[in-house]
Amino acid sequence: MELILIFISASIVNNFVLAYFLGICPFIGVSNKTENAVNMGLATTFVMTLTAAATWPIYHHVLVRFNVPFLQYVTFIIIIASLVQLVEMYVRKASPALYRALGIFLPLITTNCAILGLALFMVLRDYNYLESIVFGFATGIGFTLAIVMMSGIREELEFADVPEHFRGAPITFIVAGMLALAFMGFAGLIRG
Amino acid sequence: MQQDKSLLYEFKKGLWQDIPPFRLLLGLCPALAVSNSAINGLSMGLATLFVLFTSNIVVSLIRRTISAKVRIPAYVVVIATLVTVTDIFLAAVFPAISKALGPYIPLIVANCIILGRAEAFAQKNALLPTAMDTLGIGIGFTMSLTLMGTIREVLGFGSVFGMQLLGSWFEPWIVMILPAGAFLVLGGLVALVSWISSRKAARARAAETAAS
Repeated sequence: MELILIFISASIVNNFVLAYFLGICPFIGVSNKTENAVNMGLATTFVMTLTAAATWPIYHHVLVRFNVPFLQYVTFIIIIASLVQLVEMYVRKASPALYRALGIFLPLITTNCAILGLALFMVLRDYNYLESIVFGFATGIGFTLAIVMMSGIREELEFADVPEHFRGAPITFIVAGMLALAFMGFAGLIRG
Repeated sequence: MQQDKSLLYEFKKGLWQDIPPFRLLLGLCPALAVSNSAINGLSMGLATLFVLFTSNIVVSLIRRTISAKVRIPAYVVVIATLVTVTDIFLAAVFPAISKALGPYIPLIVANCIILGRAEAFAQKNALLPTAMDTLGIGIGFTMSLTLMGTIREVLGFGSVFGMQLLGSWFEPWIVMILPAGAFLVLGGLVALVSWISSRKAARARAAETAAS
């Protein structure tokens, strides 16, 4: 039950993109085509789940044990960067087709602050191991949901008559604002 | 003389021509997340300015010793270390601010402005131009965040820096302090900046044709 709550909370109610503003760069940058958005979302979900699975034991069994939790930012960012590198190398070897689909998005994920945010929130909220993995996966699903919806809207937006200075980035932000408003409707679903 | 001029240019370009996040669409996460009040925007801006300035100076100093292949991890470690310093400093000296900004202070690590400047500027330039460039960008970012924070605070609470500005007749726009308001204000400001600079360009063109 607790796990289902975490899943719904992280993927819909407290969506990382629309409620915490994490991962805005890829959300704006890669959301112009639905196909790219789906691939980016899946790659991110994958890395997020792995990140949660890898950072939790290192934080709790290494950093806390040796009493150096102030090293967490340096440690987390190194874990994420090397994880992305490993995933990229593995995918390139194991599945060239998947690599072609995800290829250029993988390096971008390192600089996605949603991943680092995930690791930080995980520590802040004191999740146990299983909860952390569910949290990582759910956050990825939430990110995918937001970016795919956004890309759908933006594809339609290309045919809309937007005032000159609002074209491009500004209208994208306004649309994201409306999406955030819509997602607020879920707020009553769950608390916290 | 030439040197002075270009240093001033490096400093000034961050204040308008490349002002983040309106012209340079980088560092959007903190700009949206902690601009719900003027004081939060200002302190986030200053924290980012500090990390940006110090980390890029380090990057500029080590630019010849770091091999190109490992430069990104090396930069990230430099940035993460300085962010840790900032985080501990804020928690010790300004606990209230540290609490209000919460996990967004450590997230400065993933702020793409910092890595972006290191990659685009600091690794190719000497100490002095780098210092000017990052100061300009950092101050520009601080101004933008304070501006966004002020707009959202005035409309959302009717106050500025915690001081009540508008009387009790004012009905606060709750939406402005919610996530949605951040997107709406940012969208409006990006459009405004684009409008002002296109008008400036048009005026410059008109002046040119009048002169010829």
